Amino acid sequence: MRTKIIGYGLLCLLCVPFVFPTWWMVTSSLKSNASMFAFSLWPKDPSFQAWRDVFTLQPFAQQYFNSAYIALVVTLGTLVVSSMAGYAFARIRFRGQNVLFLVVLTGLLIPSEVTIVPLFRMFNAAGLVDTHWPLILVPIFGAPSVLATFIMRQFFITLPGELEEAARMDGLSRPAIFRRIALPLARPALGAVAIFTFLHSWNLYLEPIVFISSSSKFTLPQALTQFTDAYSGPLWNVQLSAASMTAIPVLIVFVVAQRQFIEGLAHTGLKG
Amino acid sequence: MRNRDSLTAYLFIAPQLAGTVAFVLVPLALVVWYSLHEWNVLADTFDFVGTENYRQLAADPKLPSVLGATALFSIGLVVLNLALALLLAVLLDQRLRGTTFFRVVFFSPVVVSLVAWTIVWGFMLQSNGGVNGLLDAVGIQGPNWLRSGGTAMASVIVVQVFKNVGLNMVLFLAALQGVPASLYDAARVDGATAWTTFRRITLPMISPTILLTSIITVVGSLQVFAQIAVLTQGGPGTSTTVLVYYLYQQAFQFHAFGYGSTLSVLLFLIVLVLTVFQWQMRRRWVFHEN
Repeated sequence: MRTKIIGYGLLCLLCVPFVFPTWWMVTSSLKSNASMFAFSLWPKDPSFQAWRDVFTLQPFAQQYFNSAYIALVVTLGTLVVSSMAGYAFARIRFRGQNVLFLVVLTGLLIPSEVTIVPLFRMFNAAGLVDTHWPLILVPIFGAPSVLATFIMRQFFITLPGELEEAARMDGLSRPAIFRRIALPLARPALGAVAIFTFLHSWNLYLEPIVFISSSSKFTLPQALTQFTDAYSGPLWNVQLSAASMTAIPVLIVFVVAQRQFIEGLAHTGLKG
Repeated sequence: MRNRDSLTAYLFIAPQLAGTVAFVLVPLALVVWYSLHEWNVLADTFDFVGTENYRQLAADPKLPSVLGATALFSIGLVVLNLALALLLAVLLDQRLRGTTFFRVVFFSPVVVSLVAWTIVWGFMLQSNGGVNGLLDAVGIQGPNWLRSGGTAMASVIVVQVFKNVGLNMVLFLAALQGVPASLYDAARVDGATAWTTFRRITLPMISPTILLTSIITVVGSLQVFAQIAVLTQGGPGTSTTVLVYYLYQQAFQFHAFGYGSTLSVLLFLIVLVLTVFQWQMRRRWVFHEN
């Protein structure tokens, strides 16, 4: 009994640094600029003025849309590229298989920060700086999707061979076996890949600030830090309002589907 | 049939393979090539200078401080992150009611946008912000966390620990639940204390997970950027200027692409050495291998 009480006490105490920031973010966004730093757990006269300012100071709806559509396209693209490559590496024997797999795996060894300078030059030469293309193409085909391919391969390896043999007897071609048998069975792995790919794209910060310069093309993480006054000091309540709008929808989805999120993200973290 | 199968395989891996070559291997070769050049984008100069950038790197008066900050951040993060993750996992493993709720709470920062999380903490860590407000309530006068040399780095580390500790916590929890109950029973029969059981049974049994999480955390820690850019901009002085942030400053703020590329090569070598080193340690250090 005593250990139980100590256990609960400790757990509740440890919750504070995890819960307090979100609470403070939302309640402070409702404070006026003048009472921003008055220490109170609930604002004296809560107002949504800062939430409205978010949309007048920057094209925030457009930026929200940018982040959402980029993350969606990247997620779908990564699912296609990585499930196909992962399947071929796991289930088909072909010449050069091991060497080619090693070539792909180098993507896991090289952090994207290492290649940011040449990538900037390449996209600059192609006239694609200040467009969304670098934020879409690199994650789908480059280093970030290699982890996804690796996870899909590890999953497809575990499929029993008899399933494919049977399908083959029925005269199904390889692409048909992939699409109609392997892919439906891979739903848990695909879900895990989808979750971490979406979050990765949604959180990207270095790449947007390197590649994107016009505010109507900003993504959310980039836009959040741009709510500043004339002396480039942060407009705290506006930044916190924008941060709330960025964080809360994802948090809601997380709470609803917490099991898939936690197991999926931990699983992919383990494999990477 | 075999030939057609091979053809299918090549088509299936083509996008990933082409992408890896175009967006990973070619840029890696280019970054090495650039590092041998004096390249200023504003002045539009691109001259081959051989190893001049590497000599500049060795003589860079800021380099010791940058590497020191990088090491401090990585070590601080790994130690704090793993210790807290293990503590949370052990607490959640006690089969108390409401474990699911606590698991969701501790994991939730993982899904909060990194920059949003960092902005909130940046706000709370202002000299008159929420953290010092809490401290004030219990009669402690807190420092200006992000603006004083001693606390800026500690703040960045702590912000990052709370952000991602949930991932390692879940991995530890799975490892703890995989330890056979018979081992604990045997220890109890032998009259071992809780601490001895933890040290002699639990820790060795979960050592593969400890190694794995430390690798993931160290390599991840070398990529820290947004937190530094938002919280401290590398300051005060250069106390929080880690390698990636220094690289970004040189390449994209001072437009020294050649020297920035040299720093990229250094970053790549550090990641490579660390990864190889940790996999070597695996043999000696990990007691229990699955």
